[in-house]
Amino acid sequence: MTKKKPKLAVWKFASCDGCQLSLLDCEDDLLAVAQEIEIANFPEASRAVLKGPYDLSLVEGSITTPHDEERIHKIRKSSKFLVTIGACATSGGIQALRNFKDVNEFISIVYANPSYIETLKKSTAIADHVRVDFELRGCPINKAQLVDVISSYLNKRKPVTPAHSVCIDCKRKGIVCVMVSKGDPCLGPVTHAGCDALCPSYNRGCFGCYGPKENPNTGALSAELKRLGKTNEEILLAFRSFNAYADPFHKESEAHEE
Amino acid sequence: MARVEGEGALYIKIKDNAVVDVKLKIFEPPRFFEAFLRDRDFKEAPDITARICGICPVAYQMSAVHAMENALGANVNGQLRELRRLLYCGEWIESHVLHIYMLHAPDFLGYDDAIRMAKDHREIVERGLKLKKIGNQIVSLVGGREIHPINVKVGGFYKGFTKAELETLTENLKWARDAAYETVLWTSQFSFPDFERDYEFVSLSHPEEYPFNEGRIISNKGLDIKASEYEDHFEEIHVKHSTALHSVLKERDAYFVGPMARYNLNFDRLPAIAQEAAREAKLGKECRNPFKSIVIRSIETLFACEEALRIVSEYDKPKTPFQVIDVVEGEGFSCTEAPRGILFHRYKIDDCGKILDARIVPPTSQNQKTIENDLRAFVPQHIDLPDDKLTWQCEQAIRNYDPCISCSTHFLKLDVERS
Repeated sequence: MTKKKPKLAVWKFASCDGCQLSLLDCEDDLLAVAQEIEIANFPEASRAVLKGPYDLSLVEGSITTPHDEERIHKIRKSSKFLVTIGACATSGGIQALRNFKDVNEFISIVYANPSYIETLKKSTAIADHVRVDFELRGCPINKAQLVDVISSYLNKRKPVTPAHSVCIDCKRKGIVCVMVSKGDPCLGPVTHAGCDALCPSYNRGCFGCYGPKENPNTGALSAELKRLGKTNEEILLAFRSFNAYADPFHKESEAHEE
Repeated sequence: MARVEGEGALYIKIKDNAVVDVKLKIFEPPRFFEAFLRDRDFKEAPDITARICGICPVAYQMSAVHAMENALGANVNGQLRELRRLLYCGEWIESHVLHIYMLHAPDFLGYDDAIRMAKDHREIVERGLKLKKIGNQIVSLVGGREIHPINVKVGGFYKGFTKAELETLTENLKWARDAAYETVLWTSQFSFPDFERDYEFVSLSHPEEYPFNEGRIISNKGLDIKASEYEDHFEEIHVKHSTALHSVLKERDAYFVGPMARYNLNFDRLPAIAQEAAREAKLGKECRNPFKSIVIRSIETLFACEEALRIVSEYDKPKTPFQVIDVVEGEGFSCTEAPRGILFHRYKIDDCGKILDARIVPPTSQNQKTIENDLRAFVPQHIDLPDDKLTWQCEQAIRNYDPCISCSTHFLKLDVERS
């Protein structure tokens, strides 16, 4: 007697599509994953759609329109387990830069006929609207972590996605600290691990694409950036990027507004 | 609409067996990139614009750095330019192969998706996945990671490479070149609807190279301009049913960008192996059937493998991985060839390097009007099909353009006037 495979659905909101593409980038693992889970609703990959409810829903993208504000509730209702993937879904993404400005001005900059455009004042994370069972950070997410999340779900265990800082991974890899040795600004001390200290291993400072680590000391990092000669404006821009609206980064960037 | 990147839908109105209306509706929520690029530092442009698209981030990074260097009066040449081309080869391979095997081939062979296709054609799908992986390996190595690479900067790269590091790609690239050749032959045997229109093809053109990063913008109907003249000849129209603007040539209307345009306008620049594959696939120097784009994408994949092998074998490590460039105020333009077609960037920066103004025109928005015109011509020929079959055929017709819908919603048209 064959066990019924759990149904997977993949949903898109305001995003670049990179995080769901990560699933298609699991070239070695894709067919193996498809053996264990039924890809029931994944429009980017397939025309076939199986009706809900879904066992596992992966949600990419942030909420930016009234239509999407309603749609996420329907998705939550039809999903047993909901996992947000990527900075857009977990913090509002780079498009949350609109949250610090007047969106009506933005609309008129981009579109000749503003009345054709329906959009919300802010770009917000999925968890601001519905209960989220697990958050996978990154811009983009790490595809090995995505496979781990799916595998964990199937085996009823907790995924391995440590929330310590990028610094720990730098030390593990034996990378010389770019801030100490070269004075390069680096958000590593306050950023959630997951990328395996990618930017420092390529001679540049971390720019925080995995969002805040657990209990980040953003004030102490700002003081260090100031000591390295960075202005208030530069510190503000450093915290106000791909995870601008994640609470600790949001508050720290506001502390440097002039 | 499935198996396209982003949120879109097709609307066809049929009355008394005649096609009354066709609309390609784009639902992609606007993210307003050009608006929030204002007041950011010029050095952030490659990282920020990459987030416009997860499938072609390298294209955005390339257009961004070239436009900024243009604004600063700089020119990045030699091996750094070759490394940029190598990175672009990686993206073309990954993007084209994703589309050929996973998004488009299932249409030709009658499957809803590549996973189902793998049940009957496992080895073929595995070949595609392996080929895509090799494209991703190039981007991972040279760019740092496959999606939203981190190694690209204005002036070059953060980290350089020894020849030995690049040569780790060689064995895989040789396999990839063979697999790409097989892909050309495989796709050339699909059954193609008889469909041709008199298109205006637009692409870059370069005296020696099949174009990636640089060249003049030309067409088969007389266009021949510099990137800085782009806005004099092209304009965008905001239509009600699409948050993606429709791009037209001021002189003549709809036009066609992407692999078929590049192929038709630059065939002679393809290396011998790609021209040979085209001959074996019975494709002439020119092709006007958009359904055959899948074959042309395969030929471009083969070109990219061959070009990557050439760059690696001729590589000579530069002294530094980037050029130091002085910051001055200015305005810069660039046009590079994303996998889907020309991608235009323009930036104005002040003397501190702050971005004052940005304009970005992605390839998919440039093809939108042509896609709708194709459907308008295509649907009447197939109007007797039952609705579900007609829908599938139309989707296949749209997928000829490999539309990247998340990209296509980011443009700047007006300046805000302050009193």
